[in-house]
Amino acid sequence: MAVTDTPADMHAAGLRRDERMERWRLFGLGSPALLLVLVILVIPVGWLFYVSFIGADGNFSLENYARMVSRKSYMRIFITTFQISILTTALCIVIGYPLAYFMSQLPGKWAGLCLVTVLLPFWTSLLVRTYAWLVLLQKQGLVNQWAITLGLWDAPLKFVHNMTGTLIGMVHIMLPFLILPVYAAMRAIDGDYLKAASNLGASPRRAFWTVFFPLSTPGLFAGSLMVFVLCLGFFVTPAVLGGGRVIMVSMKIVSNIELFVNWGAASALGVVLLVLTVIILWIASKFLRLEQMAGGGH
Amino acid sequence: MTRAEALPITVRGVTKTYGRVHALDDVSLDVQSGEFLTLLGPSGSGKTTLLMVLAGFTRPDKGSLKFGEEEMIRTAPHLRGVGMVFQNYALFPHMTVAGNVGYPLRLRGTPRPEMADRIERALDLVQLGGFGDRGIDQLSGGQKQRVALARSIVFEPRILLMDEPLSALDKKLRDRMQIELRHLHEQLGMTTVYVTHDQREALTMSDRIAVVNHGRIMQLAEPQQLYDRPENKFVADFIGDSSFLPVTRDGAGARFGDMALQMDGAVPGADALLLMVRPERARLLVGETPQDTNIFDAKVTELVYQGESYLLYATLKDGSELAVRGAIREGTFAGLPRAGDAVRLGLHRADTVVIADGGS
Repeated sequence: MAVTDTPADMHAAGLRRDERMERWRLFGLGSPALLLVLVILVIPVGWLFYVSFIGADGNFSLENYARMVSRKSYMRIFITTFQISILTTALCIVIGYPLAYFMSQLPGKWAGLCLVTVLLPFWTSLLVRTYAWLVLLQKQGLVNQWAITLGLWDAPLKFVHNMTGTLIGMVHIMLPFLILPVYAAMRAIDGDYLKAASNLGASPRRAFWTVFFPLSTPGLFAGSLMVFVLCLGFFVTPAVLGGGRVIMVSMKIVSNIELFVNWGAASALGVVLLVLTVIILWIASKFLRLEQMAGGGH
Repeated sequence: MTRAEALPITVRGVTKTYGRVHALDDVSLDVQSGEFLTLLGPSGSGKTTLLMVLAGFTRPDKGSLKFGEEEMIRTAPHLRGVGMVFQNYALFPHMTVAGNVGYPLRLRGTPRPEMADRIERALDLVQLGGFGDRGIDQLSGGQKQRVALARSIVFEPRILLMDEPLSALDKKLRDRMQIELRHLHEQLGMTTVYVTHDQREALTMSDRIAVVNHGRIMQLAEPQQLYDRPENKFVADFIGDSSFLPVTRDGAGARFGDMALQMDGAVPGADALLLMVRPERARLLVGETPQDTNIFDAKVTELVYQGESYLLYATLKDGSELAVRGAIREGTFAGLPRAGDAVRLGLHRADTVVIADGGS
């Protein structure tokens, strides 16, 4: 039977057109989101950059940046910010890693339950949790009352309106961000690796440090990075629990706007914070693929 | 690598229950020094549980396990000194090939120069010399398998355990690795316990095979004995193909319907008896009446072409089915009887084996 309805080019042009159409449709699906990113991210950040280079007289100026270098108080704010971020991250690792390990060793049902309890505060308002800490930790708060009743210490300890309170609150809020990727990485470790290590002569401790821990580090690294970066720009908790004595970059931005109505200075701080964060992420991406940050694992 | 001093394994009364399920039901087993013994059974039979008890990863409810004279049942896995190859190889992804193979040596504090030497020898032995610096994810399945093997023998364990180590490989590679593992065992001489669900693999490699089902050892025998003289229907059915015909006891022998069967072997002392017919042992008779052969009249129900052979299904007078396999050569397939034809099937007395029903 002779084929008569086939064009001379064997549908080559039609197939090419189909291919092109498919790509446009795909682009069309993505365009609302792309537009949104443009409107609420690219334009405001561009505006932020622009404003940061405008001086008090309304002309182009580097004075907003010069102030950061010349004034000691700014340097102290950056040091405090990094100090709190590093300490919070370290405490999250010390508390979160063992907890994630414990959860990863539980059978599925119990692990799920634990995961929910870890996530539960995560779904509660940040503000509520922060003020809850204020109530618990204040001079006549539950913690001090109970401790004194039990005879742990004699006079009320000062937990809030200082570094201690800020750290307690921030660690509490940041913990899930560390636990989730670490837990995911640990769950992905095949139990047979540990059996193999044990079979080859490794004691449980040796097996943990030579096999389990190295395999969990991508998750640990991703979680730590996430916590650290989030800490850098954190506002509510240090503002409430620090009681004005612990000043981080984000709080200085607020005071620049609310107190001094100096949009240029606030923008410059924002830009510096953004650039620092990008640099940290860029350095980190040398050590791990960024997509691991989202879910952990290998 | 030197020949290791092999150790016998003695298992006595090992029982393991999960809830009401007996994963292992009072299992006793002697593995001789230097022997290649295979635990063969379907999934869920308990063969892997038994291997895990030997390795120390599963704690049984009771029982005794000795390596040589030493009681091991309560010894932690890392102190048992047995090598093990895992089904999925369990190679450490964060170490190189040399890092993996050297891991057991590092744990034992082997001096650096000796370690490098032993790693290289172990890799040579599995034909991966020079692969030490490769990453694990750069290896093919077969190469991973070899690295896992090298890692499990590099510290010269006296007992080697293998949990379906070839199941992830394709058929051709699997066939070659079976022969290689066999040679390696002959070379190193360590007592080896091998778990598989593949009966051909078991028949190819083993000195002896323990067929496991429902947490019990159904039969422990050499491959040929197991295939030719299975003790019960489960073993006969699990290893190779076979048809079963109901037979009755007749003095010292047995009869099928009104035909007294000629046979070389003895009839087991069970109540329910079956005649086991291996398709390749039965013959399609064309006009001949050979000596010492039981002859069955049958009607063909189906003829199947299978490349190197044909498989002919036939129904006997009493309605039971029988399969016969024959080689195809010189165009014999065209001349074979088709569905509906009457045929005569012969089974030589040496191949006439009556077994006990049950075991499954």
